[in-house]
Amino acid sequence: MSAYNFAFLDEQTKRMIRRALLKAVAIPGHQVPFGSREMPLSYGWGTGGVQVTASVIGPDDVFKVIDQGADDTTNAVSIRQFFERTTRVRTTTRTDTATLIQTRHRIPETPLREGQILVLQVPIPEPLRWLEPREIETRKMHALEEYGVMHVRLYEDITRHGHVETAYDYPVLVNGRYLMRPSPIPKFDNPKLDRNPALLLFGAGREKRIYAVPPYTPVRSLDFEDHPFTVERWDRMCALCGAADAFMDEIVVDDKGGRMFVCSDTDYCEDRRGR
Amino acid sequence: MYVAVKGGEKAIANAHRLLAEERRGDPSVPELTLDQIDQQLGLAVDRVMTEGSLYDRELAALAIKQARGDLIEAIFLARAYRTTLPRFGATRPIDTSSMVVRRRVSATFKDVPGGQILGATFDYTHRLLDWSLAVPGERNGHGAASGPASQPAVNGRDHAQPGSDLAPLGGRLPRAIDALDRDGLIEPEEADPDDRPVADLTRDGLGLPAGRDARLQNLARADEGFVLALGYATQRGYGRNHPFAGEIRVGEVEIELVPEELGFPITIGEITLTECQMVNQFKGTATAPPQFTRGYGLTFGHTERKAMTMALVDRALRCHELGETPTSPPQDEEFVLSHSDNVEASGFVQHLKLPHHVDFQSELVLIRTLRSEAEARAR
Amino acid sequence: MAADVPLLRARGVSKLYGTRVACRDVGLDLWPGEVLGIVGESGSGKTTLLGCLSGRLVPTSGRVEFMLRDGTVVDVLQLPEPALRKLARADWGVVHQNPRDGLRAGVTAGANVGERLMALGARHYGRIRAEALDWLDRVEIDRERIDDWPETFSSGMQQRLQIARTLVTRPRLVFMDEPTGGLDVSVQARLLDLVRGLTSDLGLSAIIVTHDLAVTRLLAHRLLVMRGGEVVESGLTDQVLDDPQHPYTQLLVSSVLQP
Repeated sequence: MSAYNFAFLDEQTKRMIRRALLKAVAIPGHQVPFGSREMPLSYGWGTGGVQVTASVIGPDDVFKVIDQGADDTTNAVSIRQFFERTTRVRTTTRTDTATLIQTRHRIPETPLREGQILVLQVPIPEPLRWLEPREIETRKMHALEEYGVMHVRLYEDITRHGHVETAYDYPVLVNGRYLMRPSPIPKFDNPKLDRNPALLLFGAGREKRIYAVPPYTPVRSLDFEDHPFTVERWDRMCALCGAADAFMDEIVVDDKGGRMFVCSDTDYCEDRRGR
Repeated sequence: MYVAVKGGEKAIANAHRLLAEERRGDPSVPELTLDQIDQQLGLAVDRVMTEGSLYDRELAALAIKQARGDLIEAIFLARAYRTTLPRFGATRPIDTSSMVVRRRVSATFKDVPGGQILGATFDYTHRLLDWSLAVPGERNGHGAASGPASQPAVNGRDHAQPGSDLAPLGGRLPRAIDALDRDGLIEPEEADPDDRPVADLTRDGLGLPAGRDARLQNLARADEGFVLALGYATQRGYGRNHPFAGEIRVGEVEIELVPEELGFPITIGEITLTECQMVNQFKGTATAPPQFTRGYGLTFGHTERKAMTMALVDRALRCHELGETPTSPPQDEEFVLSHSDNVEASGFVQHLKLPHHVDFQSELVLIRTLRSEAEARAR
Repeated sequence: MAADVPLLRARGVSKLYGTRVACRDVGLDLWPGEVLGIVGESGSGKTTLLGCLSGRLVPTSGRVEFMLRDGTVVDVLQLPEPALRKLARADWGVVHQNPRDGLRAGVTAGANVGERLMALGARHYGRIRAEALDWLDRVEIDRERIDDWPETFSSGMQQRLQIARTLVTRPRLVFMDEPTGGLDVSVQARLLDLVRGLTSDLGLSAIIVTHDLAVTRLLAHRLLVMRGGEVVESGLTDQVLDDPQHPYTQLLVSSVLQP
């Protein structure tokens, strides 16, 4: 890989992406189009996150990658190896010592600090996509704050089921202005978005959009006053570390339907067990 | 005692090793060379170059070998490689009328200046498996005349290669539909009066609504199967535009670049292109008399099917410019252009193989809640 | 807020399609609390005029001015698209001839009525639902139907639902295009009664386009009669219908079958 530039992308491309990131940070929650490049990883497998990481990573960074909350799932391993080869940057599994964390589908349980950057992988950036397939129209809706149709959808869910039907990638309002999809994190993780001290960056490679939530920005999950937003709960603790306040993975242990629950965030679980 | 799942790194390393073994196959069978792929699977190479947006036969051959013959995977390799290449300039627009033509057919006229040149084509073969190809070294199972096709002839005779008939035409083969153009029977192709910069999909991504330049770029690198299906659909009535193949030509063109330091154009190479001009449904207005309309396709290598379907879909997507009401998917710009890229499509479809157990767990929690509430209500 | 500024003022509004004149040089004033009827046969230009007044068509020439809540007057035709959409969302309502054009398909009646409330920031499910139920009562739709889809309603019910959906936010100006078109005579009568009650209860300002003189007699305070794209007569409804001056108006009035 020595024939490739630091972090694979050429400097022009990184500059282009950083300009998009700056725009995104200046308008929290607003989707900024960018000239996404084909990467050695498939579209849909984190190319947006990889391009954002490649544009902000520096030789002094300490880099962590997780997928489903774990460092050792295959795609997280693959992405970590990619950056190890193209940057030789130090990597870690520890949330508390990482400076830059790329993640798919979870926000770490360990609270993030000021100065840390979290890069989230986004498959579908547009929160109105299922209600309005045309991009030309959804652009206008964002520009004019025409979000009534999203609340209609929530109203319908409550009418039909008594609950909002969305369990992950739950829509939020950022800084009181832009409707945003937080990526397919479980709604359990939504509260972590609100006024987080870290910088949250979102990359959608295939759809070619970047957005951001700067530190300490208010982020509110959509709901009704009389049907407030709630998160998932389990009636079990983690079988390994005893945590009762973390997101659980359900493991089927035998063919009689036996199950056990363990923390999805492997670093958090190990930390609680004293490593 | 449950032990947390670990070993992802090892699993990946082993998977790559297995893949390398399967790629090689039986070691007693001779290994494929890039030359063999380039020469004897040339049409696969042409497709990878076209959809990979990269003209380099050796590279495409390598990609095909590495991808074990999966062309979409090979196209992905080409595109990823392209990302790393520095761009040092843009060529002058290609002049396909100066093409050294190896094959040229027109369905709109029985005879055209320069003749109908069949060239090497599957078109009139009988699709009978030729067992002589199963053993290297044997030739000619079809009972064709032995020896190379070296008797070029025009029209009524079997014209396999262009002969010296081109001399009176100044060495260039004029377009079959030039006659229509001269008589004003077909809409002229005109340069942009505002001389706007050409869109660049590989740099800027697709903006909607798209100009014709961005649409054509998108279609040129689009998945052949997708464009084929859409083009076929137009012929069956989904946005029918009454096409005739005005001309299809295949051959070599020169690429010219004007280096800053020199200030004049130099030829940097030669590429093979396939060009298709469709003549479509005529249109007129209250003030302008009717003219035929156009569809255009241009692809790398010898890729007629792709060039033709590209022209059909190009014409379908021009519905707004031509005052037609879109009624079907091939005329829906956003639908066509957003789903035409097989690298994007393949990636997103196959990403379903990635772990999704966290989101699935969220759904399980929700569905269990809804079900228990429903049961409680029923009691 | 000046008492002598109309809610909507149009001057010299013309729309040409090539050489064909759809409407020519139309002027009108609409005052708050007024219902203005525009009558004519099909082809008279009344629907084109409505389109020009509501910003959905761009007239070839003319001015259309609207007075905002704070008293400022804006030139509707000069507004950029975002401002126009915002205006249409907050201050205007449109009742389409075909109710399906004004309803959201695949979504319950309750959501259809509640949508404009939610678009303007309503966030209490219970209260939104209560208001939707209240409006279903007002337009005489059975409360039980609140969770049904409009596709399952009769056309008369769909039209009443559309009216509820439009009026729920009490728009300052309502444009109606043949609101009773396509409905049975008896259904029409019921709908007209309803609209009349609502416009007077809510003090609505409205412009109603119709070919049906009975509709104008019942709903409109003032009337414009159009023919061939031009206004041939205007005035108080009763005066124009009881004592028509222009020969075309006389023809229209006399051709209405007397019961």
